[in-house]
This record gives sequence, C-alpha cells and structure tokens, in this order.
Amino acid sequence: MTPHDITQQAVETAIAHNKAKPGALLPILHAIQDRIGHIPTDAVPVIASELNLSRAEVHGVISFYHYFRDTPPGRHTVQICQAESCQAMGSAQLTAFAKQTLGIDFHETTADQAFTLEPVYCLGNCACSPSVMIDDEVHGRVSHERLAALLEQARKEQA
Amino acid sequence: MSIKVYVPRDSSALSLGADKVAMAIVVEAAMRGASIELVRNGSRGMFWLETLVEVATPEGRVAYGPVHPEDVRSLIENNFLYGGEHQLRLGLTEEIPFLKNQERLTFARVGITDPVSLQDYLAHDGYRGLKNALAMSGADIVKQVTDSGLRGRGGAAFPTGIKWNTVLNTAADQKYIVCNADEGDSGTYSDRMIMEGDPFVLIEGMTIAGIAVGATQGYIYLRSEYPHALQALNEAIEAAVAGNYLGENIQGSGKSFHLEVRRGAGAYVCGEETSLLESLEGKRGIVRFKPPLPAIEGLFGKPTVINNVISLASVPIILDKGGAFYRNYGMSRSRGTLPIQLAGNLKHCGLVEKVFGVTLRELLYDYGGGSATGRPIRAVQVGGPLGSYLPESQFDTPLDYEAFTNIWAVLGHGGIVAFDETVDMAHMARYAMEFCAVESCGKCTPCRIGSTRGVEVVDKIIAGKDHAANVQLLRDLSDTMLNGSLCALGGMTPYPVLSALNHFPQDFGLPQKQQAA
Repeated sequence: MTPHDITQQAVETAIAHNKAKPGALLPILHAIQDRIGHIPTDAVPVIASELNLSRAEVHGVISFYHYFRDTPPGRHTVQICQAESCQAMGSAQLTAFAKQTLGIDFHETTADQAFTLEPVYCLGNCACSPSVMIDDEVHGRVSHERLAALLEQARKEQA
Repeated sequence: MSIKVYVPRDSSALSLGADKVAMAIVVEAAMRGASIELVRNGSRGMFWLETLVEVATPEGRVAYGPVHPEDVRSLIENNFLYGGEHQLRLGLTEEIPFLKNQERLTFARVGITDPVSLQDYLAHDGYRGLKNALAMSGADIVKQVTDSGLRGRGGAAFPTGIKWNTVLNTAADQKYIVCNADEGDSGTYSDRMIMEGDPFVLIEGMTIAGIAVGATQGYIYLRSEYPHALQALNEAIEAAVAGNYLGENIQGSGKSFHLEVRRGAGAYVCGEETSLLESLEGKRGIVRFKPPLPAIEGLFGKPTVINNVISLASVPIILDKGGAFYRNYGMSRSRGTLPIQLAGNLKHCGLVEKVFGVTLRELLYDYGGGSATGRPIRAVQVGGPLGSYLPESQFDTPLDYEAFTNIWAVLGHGGIVAFDETVDMAHMARYAMEFCAVESCGKCTPCRIGSTRGVEVVDKIIAGKDHAANVQLLRDLSDTMLNGSLCALGGMTPYPVLSALNHFPQDFGLPQKQQAA
C-alpha cells in the first residue's frame, strides 16, 4: 500500500467505527491520529461530509486541541512537563537541556525525523517530578543524564 | 501454593521502572523454581518508595522499596518471597506511618486489590453500595448523598446531593452521568490513582448516580495524557459488563446503565464542566454561559450530572455505610475525607487521604518530610495552577474549604505543590498568566486578552520599567479578570498572581513585607 492508501484507509476505518456515536468527531480524530500519527488536511473534507459538518467546523476542532496535529511528528514524540510541580524540581533546566541536545525548540522535529519536542502541562506524575513522556511512556524524576540515555535508546529503536 | 507478589501498575510506579522490576521478579523466581502469583496492583501512594514490592506472608503484606530491577536478585537470595530481611525491607505495609496515619475511605482498596479483577473488588466490599441503591428509590439515594455532606472534589466544592436532586427532578426522555476525569491541575493525581488503582469504585459510583437520577448512559471524559488509566478503565468496564454490573437489567433489577470512556485532547479548559460537555459533543471546548445549568440542560441539551472522579468514587462507601457514617468525619462544613496529593519539592511525595482539618504544616513536614532538596520550603501552591501561593506564615491553616476561603485561597482538587527558597515568585506569577494565555478557550475577553497583557505587565515589573504604575496595572487587570471572566480559568488566574505579589513582594522589586506582630 502507498502512504496515500494507508491514510485513506485510516480515515475510512475511523469514520466507519465511530460515525454512529453521539459526538463522534473527537473519537474519529483520535482513531486517525492513533493510526497514522497526525490528521492530514485531506481528511478534513471527508470527515466533514460524513458528519454533515462544515470543513471549518472540523478544522476548528482540530486546531483547538493541543493534542491533535495536522503534520506528521518525528518517529518519537518527547513531551516535557512545564507545570508547577515539575518547575519546582528543575524542569526549566531539563527543558533547556533537551532543546540543546536535540537542537530544536518546542513544536519542532529534528532534521533526521527522529524526535518531535512538545511541552505538556501535567502528566499526573507530580509525585515524581520532573516528568517526561516519550511516546506513550512516562518517566519520573528525570535527570539530565537519564534523559540523554532515554533519547539515545529511543533513537536506536525503530518506532 | 504459590506466593502472592504485588508490583504496582500505577503510572508513577511505571515511570520509575515497575515493569522492569516485575519482569525481573518473574525471571528470577522461575530460575529458582519458586512458584509466584504476580498481582499488578494500584499504588499505595508512597511514591518515594516506588517501585514498592509487596509479598503476602501469614503475618500480612510485607513491603520492600524502593526496588530497582538490579535489586531483585539479592532480594530473592535473601528470601524476600517469605518476608526475609533485606536492606530494602520496610516491614508490614499497613504499619508504615505515612499510610497508617491516614483515613482511607475513598482509597480503601487502592494498592490492595488487583484493579481490574471484579472478583477481587467484590471480595473487598465492592458493589455493596450499589446493592443497597438498587433497593432504594432515587430520592432516597439522593438523600443519602445529600446527608453525607459530600461536596464536589473537583475544586468547586458544590454539594453533590443538591446537583443530583436537580437532575432527579428535571423530567426528560434521556439523562446523562458525566465523569470529569480531565485532571489537568498540576500537582494532582488522585483521579489517576483511582482510575488505575480501583476503577470499579468509579464505575460503581457512576452506576449509583445513574440509578438515582434516572440516567441510563454515562461517559467518563478522560484526559489524553492518561493512557494507563484508559487501559484500566476499559478492562474494568468490560469485566463489569460481563458480570452484569453494567448494561441492561443490572443484577436482575430492571435498571440499566451503560458506560463509555471518551478521551480528551490536551485542553486544560475542558476540565471546566460546560467546556467538557461541548468537547464530548464533538466541538471545540468553548465554555458555555450559565444558566442553563448542566443539571437542567447539559450534554446534548439533556439533564446531566457532571461530577469529578473523586466525588463519584466516594459515593459507593456512602451508599454502603450511610450518609451519616461519612458525615461523621470532617470539620465544620467540610465533611468526610479529602485525598490530598503531595507534589513538587518534597522528600515524601504521595497520596494522603485525611479527614478535613489536618494542617498544611502537618502535611508538608510530618507526611511530606520537608523539602526534597533540604532547603527551607518557601511557598506552596494549593489547588492547582489556579490556586493561591501560601507563605510559611499560613502553613497552620487547616484543610477546610471555608478556612481556605478566609485566607483568599482554595483547596481545589487537593493538590499541594511545594517550592524551596530558590523559587522566584515573580516568575511563577508570570507563568500563571502564560498558562492562562495558552489554555484560554477565547470566548471571553478578560481571559483571552487579559492573560497575554498580564504576561507583558509582569515582564515590565520584572524589568523594573515604570514599576509602580505597572504593579497597579497588574492589580487592575487581575480585578477585571476576577470579576469579568466567564469561568474559573480567567476568573482564578489572579489567585496565584496576586497571592505571589502580596506574600512575596520582594520578588517583584517591592519592599519586603513587614512581619505581622
């Protein structure tokens, strides 16, 4: 299958599985992003037509929520908590270290497509601050050395 | 007989390597031919001891921690499967002072049971509340909740029974129960611990709510940052359906209740109830005007009970033991217990479920053990990013909704974040405004524009530019946000900002506050 086919199939499956639910738009968007990592702009008119919404309404929902993205992320998404509890335990320095190590700012992807860096406001791991989430895994009490090791390990893995 | 070994599946334990510890125990035990039964329990809430491994012995459960994967071999060699001595041995779990000195009502089972085993839930007094509820009228169930004195644990502290009563008395062809599990407040994690550690208690609470007010459909609106809670909830819902505790004709009662988990998408404002309802309807999470109240026109325009996780999870014990039982705990108008979450710069961070009335100082020093860095604690923020910063002089305030109101602070969802003396409070005030700007839904001007202007004004104060005038401007702007915002996001952002300014003026380049005589 070509990447285009995969995208089309993901969108069609997401709509077919969720269309009948009341308030189906968020479940559909989640299903697409779970499958292909982002919500391509091409999907917007398809979803709009299936749910009898305007394209503006669908786009408006995608752009409202921090979690949804319309461009593909890197192979790994690194989220560093910026909230108060992690600040109390040095997240500002950890964030600066991550930006320097990866050579990118928030909302950017490294040139080799390995990492996308995002801020996050609380991972509910406040008893073990500072916290970092890499893909679906939360890591607590993350030191600079530990972050470097986790990034190194992730870089080696095929996501 | 195989030996029961407990290794938590709680996110925070996992964030410290619990899966690797569990794996090492299985491997090492198998190599020595020891027969074990591994239970992935919730966390006991003592996070400085995670990964906390427990072993069932004839004397009770014995704890070891913090266990790292490389410790497992020496634990096994020292007979930890039989409670053997080891430098990580903590003795009987129940005797650890942090845990022993709590009153766990809502968290009674968390860390003890297998969270997704219906059988385990039933064996530990589960579904006794529902059993009673099924034999009662809706009005009687609501009365028990009202009598218990339970107030919304999400932060607003509105009496739960009154909310339910409104929905009960509003006629409609369809009503809904919505659980607000969008626990976005920094420093809070009690919702997550319940959902990962005892999801059935939330499911039972929602089922009771449905039966009380006549709602047949429930939704749990869960934040997207909680993948492990999603997994545990879905496993538990499946087991509850299979056991006929959810679905049609529950336990032969003729009553029905269906439950579905919906994921949020990283918007803090969706923790505000009307914005949450918009999001559940598949829209942008824009705050609604009130009235109409959600209890009258809520989800899809129908009467809706919308409660926080802890509020709903406190319902089963109220229906099991009666409203009076719960009411007997607490002080003044704050009845029952509050699951308090210790976070930030503390030596012993964790979950402390206590009767209202415990002081901040007890929590910070007796439970929290003082700061993690060993420096003096300078400020604590109570109640999430919209809560006030409190200085040391207010540490003797008891945890009580009204006592906090009296010092212009909030208990919120019970999160306590401690900062040591290195904190710059002008920076924290700036952050509060910045956070509001990032998360504002944009509907009302004081929040949408005020937060951005707020960041700029704090920057000018920090830079010493036109200092006195900008301090006054910050106060005026805060006043506008407090009184003119549509919801608590804009309306409460001034709490951290002004409390920082008032209690720590020296950080804003103002003269130090005079010590009260």
